[in-house]
Amino acid sequence: MAESTPSFENISRDLTSHINLSKGFKLWMGFLIVGLGVCLYAYYLQLRDGLGVAGIRDYVSWGLYLSNFVFFVASSLIGMLISGVLGMIGIKWITPITRIAEIIAIAFSAIAGLVIVMDMGRPERLAYVFIYGRFQSPILWDVTVVTTYFVLSALLYYLTLIPDLALTHRKIDKLPPFAGRMYKLLSLNWADKPEQNVIIHRSVKILLLLLIPSALAIHTVTSWLFALTLRPGWDSTIFGPYFVSGAFVAGSSAVIIAMYFFRKNYKLSNYLTDVHFNNMGKLLVLVSLIYLYFNINEFLVPGYKMRRADAIHLQDLLAGHNALLFWTVQIGGLILPIILLLFRKMRTPLPLMLISIAVFIGSWFKRYIIVIPTQEHPFLPIQHVPLNFKVYTPTLTEIAITMVSFFLVLIIITLLSKFFPVIPVYETANERGVKTTEIG
Amino acid sequence: MEDPHGKEKPQNQPETGKKNTSRRKFMKSLGLLGAGAVTGIAALESAHFFEKAKTKGGKKQILLTQDNKLVEVDSLEIKALEKSPGEQLQDAGRTGIPGRRWVLVVDLAKCRNARRCISACQEAHQLRPEQYHLNTLQMQDSPKTAPYNMPKHCQQCDNPPCVAVCPVDATFKRQDGIVLIDNERCIGCRFCIAACPYSARIFNWFDPRDAEKYKDQTYNVELNVPQKKGTVSKCLFSADHLREEKLPYCVSACPNSVYYFGDENEDAVTNGTTKETVKLSKLLRDNGAYQLMPELGTKPRIYYLPPKNRLFPFEPANDEQPEKS
Repeated sequence: MAESTPSFENISRDLTSHINLSKGFKLWMGFLIVGLGVCLYAYYLQLRDGLGVAGIRDYVSWGLYLSNFVFFVASSLIGMLISGVLGMIGIKWITPITRIAEIIAIAFSAIAGLVIVMDMGRPERLAYVFIYGRFQSPILWDVTVVTTYFVLSALLYYLTLIPDLALTHRKIDKLPPFAGRMYKLLSLNWADKPEQNVIIHRSVKILLLLLIPSALAIHTVTSWLFALTLRPGWDSTIFGPYFVSGAFVAGSSAVIIAMYFFRKNYKLSNYLTDVHFNNMGKLLVLVSLIYLYFNINEFLVPGYKMRRADAIHLQDLLAGHNALLFWTVQIGGLILPIILLLFRKMRTPLPLMLISIAVFIGSWFKRYIIVIPTQEHPFLPIQHVPLNFKVYTPTLTEIAITMVSFFLVLIIITLLSKFFPVIPVYETANERGVKTTEIG
Repeated sequence: MEDPHGKEKPQNQPETGKKNTSRRKFMKSLGLLGAGAVTGIAALESAHFFEKAKTKGGKKQILLTQDNKLVEVDSLEIKALEKSPGEQLQDAGRTGIPGRRWVLVVDLAKCRNARRCISACQEAHQLRPEQYHLNTLQMQDSPKTAPYNMPKHCQQCDNPPCVAVCPVDATFKRQDGIVLIDNERCIGCRFCIAACPYSARIFNWFDPRDAEKYKDQTYNVELNVPQKKGTVSKCLFSADHLREEKLPYCVSACPNSVYYFGDENEDAVTNGTTKETVKLSKLLRDNGAYQLMPELGTKPRIYYLPPKNRLFPFEPANDEQPEKS
């Protein structure tokens, strides 16, 4: 494929060759759509019978749906870290990863909005949030910033994609003709003229500047859904940075998993090289260490003082009925990965991907640990209610409804990565010093 | 793509003045035309109304006013009230009862966990057996202190954390101190449940009890019935009873004179069992009254009198559990 000095022709062929309707793609999409259909049936049951089909009850009234929402918002933050922060300070190796990070940001932030609707007792009253919205409520802030972040991420993805859309239009021949017209339409007659590049460059810069505060805002506000209450376990002043740093852990692992499968399925090993995996591995260690630091603060400080309500909560987490989950997540999803990733061998694609899966799953359960146990220990005792009010156990229906969000995210990621170059063609060529104007 | 900041602007400059005058002219004529049209339509419309009035008017009707006077009214003048009974209940419910500051005093020494208050409450608010607007808890503050029964309502906080977080104004604080919940507005996000440190709020996870039976009943926000699937519910000091100048359901149901209910502005509370009215400030002062977790800054409207000289021996929690739901 790529020779020692690859031409633009070669690069663009490599990076657009995955745009086709392969059998594998059809099978995978078929699987996702069938899965989605089955899980949507569970949601229909919930609409018919009420939120009670889930395991949530009066005391633990926020369960899987809400912890899943937090996880989705968290995962979407990686777009800001990679494109925004690392991109703005001019780190070069991220070029082939930026678009993957943006795809993850778009998919997870879009579905986060849906996940929260699934948690509503009266989803048909969603419009009330806009009609009767009260700005004192953090939910209003959350709706505002999540929407903003999604729009910014989608714009950023699209603007940087425009040159590649024009290129794809010229390159592809394996798709039906209407697809060709679609690429042309979307490329807005881009023709690699200097003034066009200036416009894109400037707009992207503005978007990146806006992306950083809005990303910080979405997860800080999401953490405030908890931190603004008086409940032991949530009543914490460091929830904002604690959540943001945790978000980078979840997002980095998601990007690494995506990188691995794109590299393998789309044959991109010349572009997503071992160097990129090595660097992403280091990034994951860095953000995990920061998260570990916040974890120590979050548990050690109240644990040292042992105020009564905090003590009950911590005892349950560290040695009570949530202890197994707590320690598995903290050790298996955070401490062990940090230690393993210190070794260079572990930062090669396959081991890194496997470790990232552990981190990703750990991150999901970490949100569960943040959201649920606190509600099992309110200030006043839980008495005279059935057992399922006292201890939260998710139901199968609830798990299926939660799966809806994962199927949807996978569908968005699959479609975006399959039908548009998943690695920026022009930027890659520019970075390798290859002239881009030879075709046109 | 063209540079949006083209260089044509300076060339346009001299023309703008001319353009403006012609635009102004145009606007003027458009305005005249509009005014003319409006007057014309209004004239036609009023003429039409006058014609109608002439033909249908003239019938007089005799009506009884609210202050028991008979009056004669032209039938044309009679209009149906614009607001439906439900809307009137909503308006009154959101306004509250002027001049009042309701307050509940719970004498812990007298509670023997009879739970009559609970059944009266569940009956009035159409609740399932495991749904509590009011629950009696078996409390023990520390290992050596004596256990006691504590009826726990919504504390009707003056600084309510639940109201602050509600995104749609479904739960709100009234002028008479009661925090209400409007289940025609509630979107079921349950943020208020998460925010309440007293675990006072419940949710209708399924169709409420007797949903079929009450489905045509007009919604009364002061009673929060009929209950609705997918919305939050909570104690509301029996606001409907207060409007009828009656004591709350739980207060009058208690057989053991645990509850005093009244108005802080009048400095008077009435015992629900003995119907004896006492001075609120004296009752609180003489008995060393306290509030639940005042350190949280929620400013509750319920006072507890400590379980001193208990009238009944404490019976360990008879924690029979209602059916699983």
